[in-house]
Amino acid sequence: MGLLENKFKDSLITTTVDSLINWGQEKAMYPLLLGTACCGIEMMAVGYSRFDVLERFGMLFRFSPRQSDVMIVAGTVTKKMAPVIKAVYDQMSEPKYVIAVGSCAISGNIYKSYSTLQGLDRIVPVDVYVPGCPPIPEAFAYGIIELQKVIASRRVIRKQPTEADPGAQPRTNVHEILRPGHIKLPTAQDYAAHLDDEITGQEQGGLLESGRRRD
Amino acid sequence: MPIQESLQVVVKKLQDKFGDSILSTQEFRDEVTVRFKPEVWVEAHRFLKEDEDCAFNMMIDETAADYPLRTERFDVITHLLSLGKAHRIRIKTQTAEHIPTLYSVWKTANWLERETYDLFGIIFDGHPDLRRILLTEDWEGFPLRKDYPIEGYDI
Repeated sequence: MGLLENKFKDSLITTTVDSLINWGQEKAMYPLLLGTACCGIEMMAVGYSRFDVLERFGMLFRFSPRQSDVMIVAGTVTKKMAPVIKAVYDQMSEPKYVIAVGSCAISGNIYKSYSTLQGLDRIVPVDVYVPGCPPIPEAFAYGIIELQKVIASRRVIRKQPTEADPGAQPRTNVHEILRPGHIKLPTAQDYAAHLDDEITGQEQGGLLESGRRRD
Repeated sequence: MPIQESLQVVVKKLQDKFGDSILSTQEFRDEVTVRFKPEVWVEAHRFLKEDEDCAFNMMIDETAADYPLRTERFDVITHLLSLGKAHRIRIKTQTAEHIPTLYSVWKTANWLERETYDLFGIIFDGHPDLRRILLTEDWEGFPLRKDYPIEGYDI
């Protein structure tokens, strides 16, 4: 796309070509399944014939990132899974979109813990958020319609270099996904000092038994 | 309500055999907890497995608990079940960091001890393959210790 940037202005021909390209893409999005937790069950229900949300939008589940346009991340993303999701995202070809399904994928939900990623958008750009715990299939369908609107409003051959585009996101190495190891951790001395403070406080309160840790 | 007879036999046998190495014996809601000194940790478990009146042939769980203000801050806890006698027991000991492995008694201790190492940082001496099992291999710190921040280190 870089060759086209800033070459074309809005005109009858360019807008028509753009809308044609967008129309083709928004009617045939191939989603990549990433059911990382319980929302994945809801995603399966969405795919089957009772709700039939996906195929009516021309979506067909693919199981390879190289064949997919849309990554649907349904469920809690753990810090152990985060590098995998980032790697899968990087393997998808442009243009690519991400739907975060469920409160956990959006913000971590109640899992504000050491092991859970606090929001999918910390590792990949997210286009549509579908809230819910889990979201009902109708909400899922609404999210897909919203994504179609995102695609429909895209400028393809009229693209301006300043426009935000998922392809223009700075790429980070998969292995640079921040793990606890990349943040300065309190050392053992810090812990010990912290404990000393606590112990001193309790001693003054007269609550401490003998033989507690002091080093 | 007294505890079941087969367990009374077990407790009696343990007291006869280990005597001073038993720090306490508790009974709460039909559950028996025996606290050993760490020196007899493996020996006690082997006795519990192999003695015909104890016959604890299944290890249900091996885990730990953290009491950060103690000098020997960790309780190492095992739950045992006898399928033949249908009784259960809980065994505890405490340690600062090291405890001998129970892998030689029950093979299932392998992964249970890896998990305990992973989350508490307790070193099981003699364990054949003491690596992290749940967290990523480059994880720093041990999340279930009380001095680890409950929300972790955010990314």
